[in-house]
Amino acid sequence: MNILVLLDTTFLRQIINEPDEHALEQALLLKEASGATVTVIGAGVDGMEDVLFTAAAKGADREIKLTGDFEAGMNNHARARAFAAMMGELAPDLILTGVQAHNDIDGALGPLVAQYIDLPYIGYISGVSITNGECTVRKEYAGGLIGEMQAPLPIVLGIQAAEKPPRYVAVSKVRQAMKTVTLDEHPTPELDPSGAADIERMFQPEGGEHAEMIEGDLDQIADRFVELLRDAGVL
Amino acid sequence: MSADIYVLIEHMQGKVNDISYIMLAAGRVLAGGSGGQVVGMLLGHDVEGLTANLAADKVLLVDHPSLAEFTPEAYQKAMAALIEQSAPRTVLMGETSIGADIAGGLSALLGLPLVSLCRHVGAEGGRLTFTSQICGGKILAEGELPGPTCLLTIMPGDYKVEQGQSSTQPAIEKVPAPDLEDLRVSLKEYIEPTAGDVDIARESVLVAVGRGIQQEMNIEIPQELADALGAAVCASRPVVDQGWMDTSRLVGKSGKHVSPKVYLAIGISGAPEHVEGIGGSDLILAINTDPKAPIFDIAKYGTSTDLLDIVPVLTEKIKAAKGG
Ligand SMILES: Cc1cc2nc3c(=O)[nH]c(=O)nc-3n(C[C@H](O)[C@H](O)[C@H](O)COP(=O)(O)OP(=O)(O)OC[C@H]3O[C@@H](n4cnc5c(N)ncnc54)[C@H](O)[C@@H]3O)c2cc1C
Ligand SMILES: Nc1ncnc2c1ncn2[C@@H]1O[C@H](COP(=O)(O)O)[C@@H](O)[C@H]1O
Repeated sequence: MNILVLLDTTFLRQIINEPDEHALEQALLLKEASGATVTVIGAGVDGMEDVLFTAAAKGADREIKLTGDFEAGMNNHARARAFAAMMGELAPDLILTGVQAHNDIDGALGPLVAQYIDLPYIGYISGVSITNGECTVRKEYAGGLIGEMQAPLPIVLGIQAAEKPPRYVAVSKVRQAMKTVTLDEHPTPELDPSGAADIERMFQPEGGEHAEMIEGDLDQIADRFVELLRDAGVL
Repeated sequence: MSADIYVLIEHMQGKVNDISYIMLAAGRVLAGGSGGQVVGMLLGHDVEGLTANLAADKVLLVDHPSLAEFTPEAYQKAMAALIEQSAPRTVLMGETSIGADIAGGLSALLGLPLVSLCRHVGAEGGRLTFTSQICGGKILAEGELPGPTCLLTIMPGDYKVEQGQSSTQPAIEKVPAPDLEDLRVSLKEYIEPTAGDVDIARESVLVAVGRGIQQEMNIEIPQELADALGAAVCASRPVVDQGWMDTSRLVGKSGKHVSPKVYLAIGISGAPEHVEGIGGSDLILAINTDPKAPIFDIAKYGTSTDLLDIVPVLTEKIKAAKGG
């Protein structure tokens, strides 16, 4: 089975973003359970190489870096089209991606990729099992309700949480991967970002009224908290 | 093309989800600017009863056995047909396990622009605008909703459920379902959340633990505080995902909505998905080393001291206060 994991970096911090980390973990768990090949793929922005080497150190089998002008005018529609263009060649049985985008406001990557290659998509997933070419997933709804859904492979899944917490990998192992692993570089000729709205202004939220900050030494702060709890009638 | 604002009425297990009312409230704002109607889109099977209190001018009802339960594939097909038929000005879906599953597919399928993570909409001088969050709510992005038709996924926050409710029954228009044969995705069953030993939604004092706790070993520190207070512990998502606390204790978008007298947030940053679950609290207190953490924007009182230092001291003081 070929599992493909689509990876992104976080905004300003060049590390893997949290839902993607869970997507990778879920892929590695499936590999351990059933002997799949895990390929990770990321669009070449600052920090992406580190993300791909980290994935390699954790146990991914192949790392692909899409090169192109991904820094400028990048959004999930553009990224999804670039990934979709690779799918024929990679022929994945299962495509995993983090459920939510962090930096872009044109929707998550998974459903876009799925539609571009005409596969079904299910998101908010916190558990995946594969038997006889069919996947059974646990889809999360508000309040902790789970919908167990079934679909034949291939499919695109948006991962909310892997079945286990993402594994830790020592920095020394990532460094080793940087020396021994070669990234597959694939040029992406033209990026098409259409499908998003123009952003006219970015700003920091004003927030409501800021909390009254309690100052002093530990004793004084704790005393004030006790007072507040008493005033609230819970002590 | 029309000036109408379409709103997907999300529902589960015979109940309209709160996000639907929130979207109707946002939809009313947009319709005020576009000059169109607010039109609900209700997909399901035998669900006409759900229309009673929707603050919509009209509800399009698509009834089909394959829509009895949400599956992204069937919903997307039915939605695509509705949108193509009437090309509304804007289509609102939830930034939820339902809306976010289909919005991207609709955007790609119909070639329509999509604005996600939208917290606020505006309508001034004929301009329809969005405000969406980037970076977990640390940054907001604002712009105009592109025309002629734009898809939007809405997060809760700025609109109240009551604003999307009405005592007048909206008009109902039955629309035939499109071809829903050969579906690939099916729902096998629902699994109800495990009850857990306590129901945090009913507790009057909650000690909430976030990633600031750093390691599993440390969980006993807020636990002792909770014991001293006679409170229950609960947690943010990363703590539950690490397996340090049971899922039944999760607070927020994918967990429970709580309404205690006091919510004491410890090592929690205050991400929108968490904050969504604590709005019903009478008093929020926060302990977080980062004085700029968004939790302090909703807490009444706070301290930017290290939880490992302050919590044990607080526990002792509470024990003393109770004993004395
Ligand atoms: C679809 C979706 C659904 C989600 N549903 C939920 C949900 O239901 N509930 C939920 O909680 N999250 C949910 N999330 C995740 C959410 O976006 C945040 O990632 C999460 O709430 C962050 O948890 P946190 O505040 O504990 O961790 P962080 O954001 O990492 O914050 C940790 C905080 O601890 C502080 N800190 C660190 N060390 C100390 C110390 N020693 N003393 C005091 N403070 C310290 C830091 O300053 C920081 O502010 C969801 C996300 C998605 C995409
Ligand atoms: N207790 C923890 N367990 C696992 N990972 C953590 C923990 N605390 C912080 N992290 C990770 O360390 C990174 C930096 O944390 P922060 O600066 O607190 O957001 C985050 O991406 C977290 O994933």
